[in-house]
Amino acid sequence: MSKLLQKNNDRNIITVMYKYYKKYVPYLFILPAAILLFLFFFIPFFETVVLSFKDYSTDLYSPGFIGLENYKILLTSKEFYKVICNTLLYLIGAVPVLTIIPLVLAILINQKIRCLNLYKVLIYIPVIISIVVVAIAFKWLYATQGILNYIAEILGFSAIEWLTSPDVAIWSVIAVTIYKGIGYYMMIYLSALIGAPKELLEAADVDGANLLQKHLNVTIPYLMPTIALVVTVSSISALKVFAEIYVMTRGGPLDSTKTIVYYIYERAFENLDLSMASAASVILLIIVMIFSILNILVFERKKYQP
Amino acid sequence: MNKHIKGFLTHIILISISILSIFPLLWLISTALKGQSENIFQYPPQFIPKNITFENFTGVWKQIPFIAYFLNSFIVAAFTVVLNVFFASLAAYPLARMKFKGKNFIFYMILATLMVPFQAIMLPIYLIILKLHLVDTVSYFAGYLGLILPFAVNAFGIFLMRQAFTSIPKELEEAAFVDGCNIFQIWSKILLPCVAPTCAVLAVFTFIGSWGEFLWPSIVLTDKSLYTLPVGINDLQGMFSANWRYIAAGSIISIIPIIIFFLAMQRFFISGHNDGAVKG
Repeated sequence: MSKLLQKNNDRNIITVMYKYYKKYVPYLFILPAAILLFLFFFIPFFETVVLSFKDYSTDLYSPGFIGLENYKILLTSKEFYKVICNTLLYLIGAVPVLTIIPLVLAILINQKIRCLNLYKVLIYIPVIISIVVVAIAFKWLYATQGILNYIAEILGFSAIEWLTSPDVAIWSVIAVTIYKGIGYYMMIYLSALIGAPKELLEAADVDGANLLQKHLNVTIPYLMPTIALVVTVSSISALKVFAEIYVMTRGGPLDSTKTIVYYIYERAFENLDLSMASAASVILLIIVMIFSILNILVFERKKYQP
Repeated sequence: MNKHIKGFLTHIILISISILSIFPLLWLISTALKGQSENIFQYPPQFIPKNITFENFTGVWKQIPFIAYFLNSFIVAAFTVVLNVFFASLAAYPLARMKFKGKNFIFYMILATLMVPFQAIMLPIYLIILKLHLVDTVSYFAGYLGLILPFAVNAFGIFLMRQAFTSIPKELEEAAFVDGCNIFQIWSKILLPCVAPTCAVLAVFTFIGSWGEFLWPSIVLTDKSLYTLPVGINDLQGMFSANWRYIAAGSIISIIPIIIFFLAMQRFFISGHNDGAVKG
């Protein structure tokens, strides 16, 4: 009885509290964020779509509405075809490596070993350093008479044109993205590993499973949601690469490293071709949204429950 | 015995990966320390310079306004952090705690912004910034605002803060209410101190993100005196086209502050408990 009374009393306090603040108060709290999100997310979002239906090539100031014409031009252009191929290559090159190597490293580091923090710090350093500096450092490694070509020479190869050969350049740039991402994804795996089922791992030890068996049968299945998360997150960030390309190759040689964001940048801010830039932006939007929706619906649903 | 070999192998692998991971930087440092008399393209490459000299550092320091770049980067990053933490913790409170009309709708709208990559909408953002006259051709102040405002709110920050507010016991709010606090006092005096650790996580990650941002500043900035570090460092390449000693020295100078920041704040990054701080 007294418990019930107590409960009633609690509810009263909450009701009074909710009445106490006026109805507009919640909105007041949200307002500043809402204004900025409107100004820098929702309006630009709709404007991107609207711009992509307009023709800027004839008149920059009062463009006419031309429907899907921009998309037709874009999707049939050889350059954009190349851009999409490069973007796909980037995904194929970066995502598997960024999923697997950090996983192996995280499993290795997730032991009671000496110098643990030192390893973590050293592997994480590329993540916090500006991508511009990382790209410059790699440009120096890739120099024609640089240290990598010296190593190639020792190994019996002829000098490689890391950034000037159309066949090699994109892989050289992908390597930079991978280099900068490894520590980041390793930390994601490590924080997931904190909750790894210790009993199962110990049971596997008792049963005489070797290291590989143990991790293949216990750790990897346990980490499956995190692995999937890393795949989507690294895919989205591979779709968005820009600085590496801007600093190292500027999309060249022969457009071989031009990916979609670089293409948008070039169209919009160097060629002032707003139509093509927005049409390409909408295509990027659609691709990233597919990945994001998958990510949110499948892996992070709980996190974003209202 | 077997265990020792295993441990040994683990260390060998981790040591090699650690060295690989900082090797590009070490090589930059090595190059920056070599004087004019030493051939930086020498085969075999000389890792330890024969005569260590700091002339490249002093040389590049004289020609590049590093202090100004640092300050610009710092001003932009600091305000981005403050605005993000402030706006996110404001907006997150009612989303976590109050009942009101349209709550779910607002929540999903904020959620939707997570899916929109900045790169896809940067062109209209630039046009809006131009319309609002928030560019450095108007004034320095406007230039800073143009760098900061598009990043002043991040849906991810709102979610992070919302999670933190949800975990605070309701009784705390009620007690504060009974004691006569109004709703803003409850927010600022009672709840905000409780979520301070999450604010710190948000602040640290926002700072790193803002400090390294390259694309947006390179689009909006026209005035060199407003250059942030990444833009300024990229500029080195053009200024000293083949002088790799200077480019290397400048790059190394530019990363010193963030390395210090990282070492001081390392627990935020490598504790393994930054689960909530994963950003898409």
